[in-house]
Amino acid sequence: MSDPMKIRASVVGDVTEVKVLMSHEMETGQRKDAQGQTVPAWFIQNVVVSHNGKTVLAAQWGTAVSKNPFLSFKFKGGAKGDKVSISWTDNRGDKRTDEAVIA
Amino acid sequence: MINRRRRKVLKSGGSAALLGVFAAAGWVGPAEAQSQWNKTAFDSHGLPETMKALGAGDPTPSKDVVFFQTPEIAENGAVVPIGITSNLPKTESIAILIEKNPNILAAVFDLPAGTEATVSTRVKMAQSSNIHALVKADGRYYVATKEVKVTLGGCGG
Repeated sequence: MSDPMKIRASVVGDVTEVKVLMSHEMETGQRKDAQGQTVPAWFIQNVVVSHNGKTVLAAQWGTAVSKNPFLSFKFKGGAKGDKVSISWTDNRGDKRTDEAVIA
Repeated sequence: MINRRRRKVLKSGGSAALLGVFAAAGWVGPAEAQSQWNKTAFDSHGLPETMKALGAGDPTPSKDVVFFQTPEIAENGAVVPIGITSNLPKTESIAILIEKNPNILAAVFDLPAGTEATVSTRVKMAQSSNIHALVKADGRYYVATKEVKVTLGGCGG
């Protein structure tokens, strides 16, 4: 099972900045293990961030995104106390959703 | 009368099945499939091929696409911070392409209206390479390029 994401969302003026740290191996499928077997690719493919039910960011990722991915971006319209919800789906079909309150 | 209706049902049923076959072959609804995960673009190897798979063709170089937090020299190729801002009006998406990686496309960010045209993340780099920031703004494609050198193994060379 994957660990929860670390999410920080803070609003300055009318702009909310979201910073996320996810917990995922992000295996490229290029690496070989000690036995010389290729380690199969295992990585987050889709990330969706929503605020009040509206999508504020939709990302598609390849294997080049680093292990334990970091993401930051800004959107307009958030207010203190609102919830930001972040979901990812990986290439094995695993999913995780976490929420944070805008500070 | 009944017979005619039966004909109709059979006909429409048949075409629905055919549509399913088309969808499975990837002929119908490519836009929908792309909004999920653009496999063609992520699996392609050459830079022109990747650009084409993203629908970009030959993007216009632009000074309004700016890198930030991106190092000239990265000591660890496994964790290279990349930040991209677009000052172009109506920026719809930002993509990160790493020219010398086995698969060039690293990430695509779709930015709905209201989201600022700035993203930052961390990527893996196999070796020193040009990084291209591909921006789609108002239906057109723009690009900015920055070279990042990777010193592997921490020998500082």
